[in-house]
Amino acid sequence: MRLPGPVEGFFTQMGRFVQMIGRVFAWTLRPPYDWREWLRQMVRVGVDSIPVVFLTTLFTGMVLALQTFTTLRRFNAENFVGSLVALSMVRELAAVLSGLIVAGRAGSAMGAELGTMRVTEQIDALEVMATDPVHYLVVPRVWATTLMLPLLVGMGNAVGIAGGYLVAVVLMGANPVAYVDNTFQFLELNDLFSGLIKAAVFGFLLAVIGCLQGFYTTGGAEGVGRSTTSAVVVASIAILVADFFLTRLLF
Amino acid sequence: MASNPSPVQIRIQGLEKSFGPKRVLDGVDVDIARGEALVIIGGSGTGKSVLLKHVIGLLKPDAGTIQVDGVAVETLGNREITEFRRKFGMSFQEGALFDSMTVFQNVAFPLQRLTKMSRGEVRDRVEECLAMVRLEGVGDKLPSQLSGGMRRRVGFARAVAHRPEILLFDEPTTGLDPVTTALIDEVIIDLSGRLECTTLTITHDMESAFRIGDRIAMIHRGKIVAEAPPEEFRRLEDPRVQQFIHGRADGPLTDETGPPAQQVGPTGGEGPRTI
Repeated sequence: MRLPGPVEGFFTQMGRFVQMIGRVFAWTLRPPYDWREWLRQMVRVGVDSIPVVFLTTLFTGMVLALQTFTTLRRFNAENFVGSLVALSMVRELAAVLSGLIVAGRAGSAMGAELGTMRVTEQIDALEVMATDPVHYLVVPRVWATTLMLPLLVGMGNAVGIAGGYLVAVVLMGANPVAYVDNTFQFLELNDLFSGLIKAAVFGFLLAVIGCLQGFYTTGGAEGVGRSTTSAVVVASIAILVADFFLTRLLF
Repeated sequence: MASNPSPVQIRIQGLEKSFGPKRVLDGVDVDIARGEALVIIGGSGTGKSVLLKHVIGLLKPDAGTIQVDGVAVETLGNREITEFRRKFGMSFQEGALFDSMTVFQNVAFPLQRLTKMSRGEVRDRVEECLAMVRLEGVGDKLPSQLSGGMRRRVGFARAVAHRPEILLFDEPTTGLDPVTTALIDEVIIDLSGRLECTTLTITHDMESAFRIGDRIAMIHRGKIVAEAPPEEFRRLEDPRVQQFIHGRADGPLTDETGPPAQQVGPTGGEGPRTI
């Protein structure tokens, strides 16, 4: 019996996804270790994403403060803007937004790069020269992203909170001391950690998905385009779905 | 290595492979002797590249066997196949050079992966290999800075760097001008002579097939339909061979729409086909 096309496609993808994760783990600790490649990927995913993550979280923090300040003022609760911004950023927004942005930046690049290598037979060439392509290409990308996204989110947390401070204190005239006090009053270490755990999971997911889409590319330049697109689309959806379950699990 | 210098180094028997409903190889039988240069010709989409990828274990057959020095390739596990592939050097269509690396790094790659050579030895070997393909002094360039013919030759240098016993060439001259083609052919003959390799080349370029090959085999609809040394091959009376050699649009290669092998399904081919 043959399954209908989309259903079969879904299960094929899921199978490849699980298999890819298995291969990544199986190859991670095996020599030769290509530290230079790991470092190169960390720079590409992490350092190069600093500007976009900075801007995204800055403006998100600012908008959050802007929106909530006017609302909370009606209840004379404008002091709580600080904790609201901090909690939203740290627990949720910094991780999800950075995940989505990095999926668009680095995940798509992985899809395009591996896709091009597939259609120009560079991946076959690796295999022929006794080099497992998952080991050589996927492992450094996946762990670099898993490692760098929490760092980006750590920065994003600070930037978002600073953005909120700017709007509330400078623009709206809130009391700076009360605002800062309030910001850290309800923030627990647990909030911070769960946000960073989320970030690591999102990083892992987006890199595996980006590499996966590239790895199974067929059909020339058009196929590379398809892989690039689906690297972003699938990773974004995966991040949002995973976010729900992680939030349920962690809080 | 079990040293039994049997004349046959690669033996392909009853090789079958389908992709989905499409049967690409339909019982290929061919032997390649040690030190021989076999050229397999055939139209686009007749499964030539697929055949080559089976020989080096990039694809697994649905049926049949490929034996290299008496070892059945399709039975090898992941680890064994890595070891097995040391025997081979493969040149891909368009070169398949790693475009993030320089020419030097490309050619050095198999040496770093497959041998325990020191830095200095690697450097010497890379220079030697680039000289063999007549490309001295391009080591620092990126593949994107080279012409198509140069990229192929860098691919050759990379394929021969670790001194393989068997060389595989996948369409080495496709898309190149006649002069570059002649140069590439010369390099191939030169390399296989100098390194005493067995070579298997697939191409649809008849000129270069006649130049390179000790023996030529033609694949059509997933089967070997003719094989002979070049001079004899040229005189074969099989109409399919004659059509291919002379590049005619009309003939048995292009109008086998129905019989004789209906169940085989479309195996590609250039001509009009109504399935």
